[in-house]
Amino acid sequence: MISLQGVTYSYPGTSSPALRDLSLEIPRGQFCAVIGPNGAGKTTLAYILAGFIPHFYHGSLQGEVNVEGKNAATMPQRELLRLVGLILQNPFNQISGTKVTVQDEIAFGLENLGIPREEMVARVAAAMELVGVSELAERSPLGLSGGQMQRVAIASVLVMQPAILVLDEPTSQLDPVGSREVFQAVREMASSGQMTVIMIEHKVEWVAAFADRAIALVDGALLADGEPRHVLAIDTVWRAGVGQTRYTLAARRLQELGKWQDGKRLPVTLDEATLTFKAFQKRR
Amino acid sequence: MIVEKAPAKLLPIEIEVDSISFTYPSGIQALEDITIHVSSGERVALIGQNGAGKTTLVKHLNGLLKPVSGSVKVGSWDTHDHSVAQMATRVGYVFQNPDDQLFQRTVWDEMMFGPRNLRWSAERAASSVQASLEMVGLEHIKEMHPYDLTFSSRKLLALASVLAMDTQVVIIDEPTTGQDYRGVQQIGSILSELNKQGKTIIGVTHDIDFCAEQFERSILMAGGRVVLDGSTRQVLSQISVIDQAYVEAPQLMRLAEKLGWDFMPLTVEEFIHHLDG
Ligand SMILES: Nc1ncnc2c1ncn2[C@@H]1O[C@H](COP(=O)(O)OP(=O)(O)OP(=O)(O)O)[C@@H](O)[C@H]1O
Ligand SMILES: Nc1ncnc2c1ncn2[C@@H]1O[C@H](COP(=O)(O)OP(=O)(O)O)[C@@H](O)[C@H]1O
Ligand SMILES: [Mg+2]
Ligand SMILES: [Mg+2]
Repeated sequence: MISLQGVTYSYPGTSSPALRDLSLEIPRGQFCAVIGPNGAGKTTLAYILAGFIPHFYHGSLQGEVNVEGKNAATMPQRELLRLVGLILQNPFNQISGTKVTVQDEIAFGLENLGIPREEMVARVAAAMELVGVSELAERSPLGLSGGQMQRVAIASVLVMQPAILVLDEPTSQLDPVGSREVFQAVREMASSGQMTVIMIEHKVEWVAAFADRAIALVDGALLADGEPRHVLAIDTVWRAGVGQTRYTLAARRLQELGKWQDGKRLPVTLDEATLTFKAFQKRR
Repeated sequence: MIVEKAPAKLLPIEIEVDSISFTYPSGIQALEDITIHVSSGERVALIGQNGAGKTTLVKHLNGLLKPVSGSVKVGSWDTHDHSVAQMATRVGYVFQNPDDQLFQRTVWDEMMFGPRNLRWSAERAASSVQASLEMVGLEHIKEMHPYDLTFSSRKLLALASVLAMDTQVVIIDEPTTGQDYRGVQQIGSILSELNKQGKTIIGVTHDIDFCAEQFERSILMAGGRVVLDGSTRQVLSQISVIDQAYVEAPQLMRLAEKLGWDFMPLTVEEFIHHLDG
């Protein structure tokens, strides 16, 4: 459970806020996607949820952020770190660089929690399995391909089983099947009721297929909030530079050509597109 | 006195990768008997699952890595006989992770680094750098520290610094990582522009929709080998093969399949044209 009330934030030395008067409630067990163009404030939101703002980045923060019912600004940072797991936009920054093997790297965060060795081994193995790096267990975390490193970074956070999971473009270097699998895994974790998920993503086809909700941020402010398929079909969201599926783009092209029925909903997913364009073909 | 070389003309340069294999010092074999030929002016995508060997392969094309067996030739130059600095006059490589590439203290110095090494006159270097910054839209932040830029801007800077060297071959590793929709469109049009100038473009990408729209030829890799090599339409149409390689068909092809079409569209325009006759 997360709640933001009137949050406005400016980085030190900047005059224009990176987030403007943002209010949000994300209930426990929800999978909420955050979409928006670059510079919209998505990473800034992730930093606020994880307490990097204001604990590491100072600047000016107004409003209130509550995590699991407690004020994030006054909660001891250690407690917040255990509650919120953040997968960073650049996986390289997530790797400690001090571990010789992938499995030790993934176990790194668990070491300080006083968890019995057996449980630790089991959790690390499960996390590696989930992101498909079991075969890399004994490899050096620094001698990996980009996508392999991103998988390790994801596993190193999942293994902590945080109550709140924040993922900042976690599939940016994953192969297509790997990307879909991460969405699927996150979907399952949220559905099990164990985790509240906030996932920043550009892959809107999978946002529409897997997330409960999408919020569109533009220029630091909330532009749209709702069911992903609904949000992704909104014209102002599209005009603000949020990605669209090729299905939606094809429908928009027909619209431009004057061949789209007025008021007909734009297809966002493959299933919707199949129905819509089948009907279109029949009509002709 | 430094005598300026004549501005690089776009000499046609063929790339010949002849049965190369490569093993990292740690003992991991990343490439196994790869043979490919890329003609001058082609637009080729490398696709395939994480760890397939795509980055390892492209790092062979500018001599950053040398094959354990087999040979790589760029024009008449065998990478075994030429330094990375020499290769850099023919092949520009934009790293997958910009942090591996950027190490100067300002955007401007970062951009000037390559041209300075090529010993271009200050004037020529500055004008090439300016034009390249404008191409990616970063001309207004010359004095900034590269590390203060957002990830997507660092990626664009890494691209611009390669463009500034005006090489015949441009290799770009995961160009769309971290870019938003407009960023992806912008990179697509930069690649088109370079290709119009006659340059050879080799792109590594997981963004299959981007691949379908931007590259005429695709090479699918898996486990250090080439699995498919042909026109992008041919390659991506082999849906079961690419699925096995952890790649998916682009959205419009999946849709065409659902609609029962034989025709496999690569772009929205092609899709609409087929749909609407
Ligand atoms: N510096 C390194 N030392 C040892 N092994 C490496 C190194 N870099 C890559 N490898 C290994 O070589 C193989 C190929 O890696 P490469 O980076 O070429 O893959 P890729 O196709 O570019 O993957 P990705 O899509 O994840 O970027 C993988 O098994 C990888 O773990
Ligand atoms: N460390 C920083 N210092 C100053 N401004 C920053 C910093 N990080 C981000 N910004 C600015 O804050 C805004 C939002 O950035 P960010 O949250 O990274 O956006 P997104 O993740 O949506 O691309 C942008 O205008 C960006 O330039
Ligand atoms: Mg970001
Ligand atoms: Mg790679």
